[in-house]
Amino acid sequence: MEYVQSEANKHDAPDTPLEYQSETGRLNILGFWIFLGAEIALFATLFATYLVLIGRYADGPVPWELFEVKGVLIETFLLLTSSFTCGLAIHEMRRHSLKGLVAWLGITLVLGVAFLSFEIYEFIHYIHEGASLTTSAYWSGFYVLVGTHGAHVTMGIAWIVLIIIQLFQRGLTKQTTRKVFVASLYWHFLDVVWIFIFTAVYLYGMVIHHG
Amino acid sequence: MNLEWDEFFVTGEPLIYAADVSIVLTTIAIIFVLTYFKKWKWLWREWLTTVDHKKIGIMYIFAALLMLFRAGVDALLMRAQLTVPNSKILEGQHYNEIFTTHGTIMIIFMAMPFLIGLINFVVPLQIGARDVAYPFLNAVSFWTFFMGAMLFNISFIIGGSPSAGWTSYVPLAGDELSPDPGQNFYLIGLQIAGIGTLLTGINFLVTILKMRAPGMTWMRMPMFTWSTLITMILIIFAFPVLTVALALMTFDRLFGSHFFTLADGGLPMLWANLFWIWGHPEVYIVILPAFGIFSEIISTFARKTLFGYKAMVWSIVAIAGLSFVVWVHHFFTMGANAAVNSFFSITTMMIAIPTGVKIFNWLFTLYKGRIKMTTAMLWSLAFIPNFTIGGVTGVMLAMAAADYQYHNTYFLVAHFHYVLISGTVFACFAGLFFWYPKMFGYKLNERLGKWGFWFFMIGFNVTFFPMYFLGLAGMPRRIYTYEWADGWFNLNVVASIGGVGMAIGFVLLVYNIYWSFRHAERENEGDPWDGRTLEWSTPTPVPFYNFAITPTVKGLDAYIIMKKDREQQEKTYKPIHMPSYSGLPIIMSAAFFISGFGLVFKWWWIAIIGLIGVLVTLVLRSFDYDEGYYVQVEEIERIENAYK
Ligand code: HEM
Ligand SMILES: [Cu+2]
Repeated sequence: MEYVQSEANKHDAPDTPLEYQSETGRLNILGFWIFLGAEIALFATLFATYLVLIGRYADGPVPWELFEVKGVLIETFLLLTSSFTCGLAIHEMRRHSLKGLVAWLGITLVLGVAFLSFEIYEFIHYIHEGASLTTSAYWSGFYVLVGTHGAHVTMGIAWIVLIIIQLFQRGLTKQTTRKVFVASLYWHFLDVVWIFIFTAVYLYGMVIHHG
Repeated sequence: MNLEWDEFFVTGEPLIYAADVSIVLTTIAIIFVLTYFKKWKWLWREWLTTVDHKKIGIMYIFAALLMLFRAGVDALLMRAQLTVPNSKILEGQHYNEIFTTHGTIMIIFMAMPFLIGLINFVVPLQIGARDVAYPFLNAVSFWTFFMGAMLFNISFIIGGSPSAGWTSYVPLAGDELSPDPGQNFYLIGLQIAGIGTLLTGINFLVTILKMRAPGMTWMRMPMFTWSTLITMILIIFAFPVLTVALALMTFDRLFGSHFFTLADGGLPMLWANLFWIWGHPEVYIVILPAFGIFSEIISTFARKTLFGYKAMVWSIVAIAGLSFVVWVHHFFTMGANAAVNSFFSITTMMIAIPTGVKIFNWLFTLYKGRIKMTTAMLWSLAFIPNFTIGGVTGVMLAMAAADYQYHNTYFLVAHFHYVLISGTVFACFAGLFFWYPKMFGYKLNERLGKWGFWFFMIGFNVTFFPMYFLGLAGMPRRIYTYEWADGWFNLNVVASIGGVGMAIGFVLLVYNIYWSFRHAERENEGDPWDGRTLEWSTPTPVPFYNFAITPTVKGLDAYIIMKKDREQQEKTYKPIHMPSYSGLPIIMSAAFFISGFGLVFKWWWIAIIGLIGVLVTLVLRSFDYDEGYYVQVEEIERIENAYK
């Protein structure tokens, strides 16, 4: 946008990706990186809370009785793969292939929904076994940490759906590519957070803590 | 859900009936005036939907002044209650509600928005930009702050106010000891306003990083811009912690989780830690911009470049860094071990070093300056000794061992008012007087301004200096009455007299705004103080695109250099890109308000309707491809020529 002073016109070079070609595009992408910084602070606080509350099970169940390796591994696999397909989507976008982009985004969505379904199933299972938000401080910490991640994934899915609609309406433009790119950053970020959850919650809960 | 209607409105106290009546009357008056003068459309078009950073800044300041009034009335009520022993003006519960709302509003809904208002108005102009990086988000920030503040404020007449102090320590603030909706107002009002603050943080960080005029390198940035930049970084790291803390307590209260409860493994100290990990940086979020404002004003009216500019910059950075590692000094007495207390005691005291550096730099800037005693300068000069008193007593509090003696006494109350008022509030007033001509095209009356200054400043010392001695004499903080035998009567009378002095000072300020609106001499040159930085290079009132031609910066104090050079820039205008106004931010924030209101009372269906409203506005925004419009050259010429 012209109300910003562009430093030279180096961004107009033909090999610059579409999403970086407008000043708005560059500003929004930078702003989103900073937003992710704030998200890191947010999740860091949730992790700290969770870790402090480990061991505070009151009379409720303990995690290693409930956590199951299989479900968590499937979830991890689904989300990691979705991050990969999301990367492929951006790759297609850079090649100016709308079809490829939408296809890979679609696959990403399917994987995301599958991840969520497993997570919801897992939660319902735990609740049946007597571990809910209100059971003990530990389980409160668990549900809020893992649930916040899940809520983010839900948001991400809704967001990508909206963007796909816009891709159908408008094709690849400076604006739509910017939106796709920002959403992809978000998606990868959620993946990274999940790796921490996998380690700090499940691995620690099942193996290290118990063993 | 099962709250009865007769419990909905708070009743039974003359004060509250008075508030009801005044709210109804004010609302009717506003509606009447707007209708009578046919101003509805104007209000909507020019203000409620604006994305112009200057108007948003003015709205922030206006709202902050209202909040200063509201919380100031709370303060006077407290002083009235404490003037004589065994007083019955307020009962205990009501006193608790009042100091809670007073503290919360002053910090969250007065000090921070006032500064953010000044930042909004000034910083883009100071760096030679045409707007902020995300004008739309800027409007969202303002409206979420506003709606959060309103939600918090209505607690007084609907449902009852929070009463656990602005720190909301559990278990006091928990479901068992505070079962009524008051604490929910606190949690959700702050949560909604917090969204806006975080967005402001990101917005201005990017604005300053990316939108400076050509030539404005790091070490040519004005001090106010520097302090804003660092403040925004503090916001970005501190506010997510508050978001989480508030959310966890909300879950505890609304959904029965056990983060902070005494039963089922909850950890009350976790709240204290989370709160102050945000809370201490928050204190610096409201003091660093103040430092920036004083720097601008002192160098302008001493007519000298700021002494030790680089040291000033580095000391802000140091203060900001340290502010994240001192939080435990707020609960030295809550059972941490000696090593922990010592660590936090020392880091706290270290903050005095960079702060001292700044004080000396201000003094050296004054040394041999040709000082002009404007009202803005008076506030800035008064800041130095008063703030030093607050700082020195702060170091006394930072000695963990000594803190066992006077923590939670009036010594503490005196300390934090000395830093907050002589730091933040003086800066807000100084900044208002200083930039007022830029905002409206005329100065505030200097004579009235000085009267206001003396009343407020002397009143402030008369109020709070005795409180140090009350504290040493053992008067605890947050008590609502005391006995003759306590011997605190004399000093309390003095303090209350001072409170009246401050109130007069505030009234003079408001009257000054009215008087100047009617009578002050208009000017449109835009440089009434012989300013040093770029904001003074525009005409006033500033055209909506700020700069017809983007300025080029050649050094620190860019505008001074431009005035000396006097080289005539060639005036060839180019079309200017501007963002469009939008009604979505206010609608989205109203939806937040509705949702929050539902949550406060656990009326889930209202909460869900509000939430759906928020989601719908988000979707609308996602499909909104309005990228603004261009102001054409003829239009720019017409506007620019009108100033001649
Ligand atoms: C206008 C003059 C003011 C007066 C007369 C005043 C007076 C008081 C009094 C009497 C208390 C209660 C102390 C207690 O019972 O423990 C209090 C608390 C407090 N005040 Fe002020 N105040 C004023 C302005 C301010 C300002 C400008 C700020 C912040 C920028 C502020 C921030 C606070 C805070 C944070 C508390 C603590 C509330 C709590 O304990 O939860 N005050 N004030
Ligand atoms: Cu502190």
